Amino acid sequence: MNWKLALNIAVTHLITKKKQSIVAMLGVMFGISMFIIMISFMTGVNDFLEKMAMDNTPHLRLYKPVRIKKETIVGQLNNGPDDWVVVHHQRPKNDLPKIRNGLQLAGMIEGLQGVQGVVPAVNSQVFFNNGPVQIPGTMSGIDVRKQDELFLLGNKMEEGSLDELLRSPDQIILGRGLAEKASVKTGDRVSVTTSEGYNIVLKVAGIFSYGIATLDDSKSYGTIATVQKVLQRDPSYITEINVRMNDMSKAVAFRKELELKITEDVLIEDWEEANASILAGEAIRGVMTAVVSFTLLLVAGFGIYNIMNMNIINKMKDIAILKATGFQGKDITAIFLLESVIIGLTGGILGLLIGFTFSYVLSMTPFPEGTFFRINTFPVNFKAEHYTLGIVFGFLTTLFAGFFPARKASKIDPVQIIRG
Amino acid sequence: MEKETILKATNIVKYFHDPVEVQVLRDVSFEVKKGEFLSVVGKSGCGKSTLLYILSTMDTDYEGQLEIRGNKVRGWSQNQLASFRGEHLGFVFQFHYLLPEFTVLKNVMLPALKLGKYSKQEIEHNAMEKLKLVDMQDHAIKRSALLSGGQQQRVAIARALINEPDIIMGDEPTGNLDKTNSQKVFDILQRLAIDNQQTIIAVTHDNDFAQNSDRIIEMSDGKIISTHEISA
Repeated sequence: MNWKLALNIAVTHLITKKKQSIVAMLGVMFGISMFIIMISFMTGVNDFLEKMAMDNTPHLRLYKPVRIKKETIVGQLNNGPDDWVVVHHQRPKNDLPKIRNGLQLAGMIEGLQGVQGVVPAVNSQVFFNNGPVQIPGTMSGIDVRKQDELFLLGNKMEEGSLDELLRSPDQIILGRGLAEKASVKTGDRVSVTTSEGYNIVLKVAGIFSYGIATLDDSKSYGTIATVQKVLQRDPSYITEINVRMNDMSKAVAFRKELELKITEDVLIEDWEEANASILAGEAIRGVMTAVVSFTLLLVAGFGIYNIMNMNIINKMKDIAILKATGFQGKDITAIFLLESVIIGLTGGILGLLIGFTFSYVLSMTPFPEGTFFRINTFPVNFKAEHYTLGIVFGFLTTLFAGFFPARKASKIDPVQIIRG
Repeated sequence: MEKETILKATNIVKYFHDPVEVQVLRDVSFEVKKGEFLSVVGKSGCGKSTLLYILSTMDTDYEGQLEIRGNKVRGWSQNQLASFRGEHLGFVFQFHYLLPEFTVLKNVMLPALKLGKYSKQEIEHNAMEKLKLVDMQDHAIKRSALLSGGQQQRVAIARALINEPDIIMGDEPTGNLDKTNSQKVFDILQRLAIDNQQTIIAVTHDNDFAQNSDRIIEMSDGKIISTHEISA
């Protein structure tokens, strides 16, 4: 087959029918550019949310659950065969949320395979006092170095530093929103009241921001020793163990393994349970991107199919004469297939350029100042594989759309056309 | 001197199936010699055009045997036939059928480019030669759509000649032309038969055209009813 000749004829056809060719090209261009914009933005949002949620989320969280005993003391006393004991509205026992042997347990888990690190923590609800006003919040006592290593706490510091926190006792760091509500700055003192009524004054060693308002408005961190002191507990008092895995996708399997191994009364929660809504959102955006992109390309494909079909009906006489003068069916197929592929590739490349331009503009656009997320511009990804996917997809669509008209053209019977 | 036979048709039978079955050719047999100028005449519907398209190898739905240059072409695949046509047969139709987007020169070159026997430069040179033969060399770089009917028909002849075919087939080659242009086309064809020993088979309604050729086959109702040799 003589591809050069077929290409020559195809290009001549396209050039003489400029308007038609450009309309077909615009269809592909629009489809591909929308595809690029959609996928860049959607994956950008996904990555942004995932990073935000995952940076400070433990892959596994061990804590002591609040349980209500099924068997009541009254029941134990009156357990004759004819006795019925009904207790309405049973309350839990006043148990401390302490994990027994918490530090040893943390050490044991840290030694297991696949675990990147473990941070034991002391968590408590507290009130921050701003004059007569009490602001509810939480206080976590943590191993500061490990928390920084595993959850990148140091990166989130806006004022002050983690070193400052370690330098002397009775210090805490506050979330930005919380610091604003308590109207304190780095170096100020803040009065904290625990749920049990103990009161203590702590120094603010710094202010952090995760960019997630719900966290920044309520969370504070101190060393384990400081928080234990605030709560007036002993040094073995641990309420939570946070585990970070080397590979977060293995967390669920590891949880099941761990549940069999641990005899202490703890519940284990993995990140997929804790972040089910983020994962669902990601899946929905993924499906949406695929559906919209596919629809756009399908529409562009139908456009090309239509134009090629019309083109071939207009060129019946030409096809007949080419066949009469020695062109074979496959030569004719090649000519018309090349026409649609040229349309597809030109439209596709233009689409990539336009898609890139719009994505770039979007990535520069300021994100509306909100309270939930703290970002400056729209999150947009620029990934080579999306652009490759776009051009390959565009190429295949036009190849497919051009194939049927081209095959029809190759089957035209020259006698019928020439005899009229 | 006995000339060699270039085309031989034996008992060609052809039916049209749509809308009802009609027999259009009944046992047509004849031979054509190399360098002969043959006219096929007859009333409309006598089957002469149908016969020509069978001879052209474009219509493959017939019975009987067709031998061109010693090749029994019946039963060949469409692709084989297309290549065979490109190399050995040339066509001139009533309506010129040039490709309107291409220049005159390119129209003439296309069948040769497809055949791929010569380089592009040689083909271009040959195409110019053929255009000179039909006196169209001055219009070589014009778009073919801009030419008059007579000019287009002459270009179509040049295109039919580009691969030096043994047989040139014409379906009413002068049917659409005035007296002057008809005469020009006839002169060109006659020169090809005499000078180049190329065989011409033309279906025509034009009496003057037929009377000036070497031999006339007259058809009626799907049969050959008479054959006249015309002595020069």
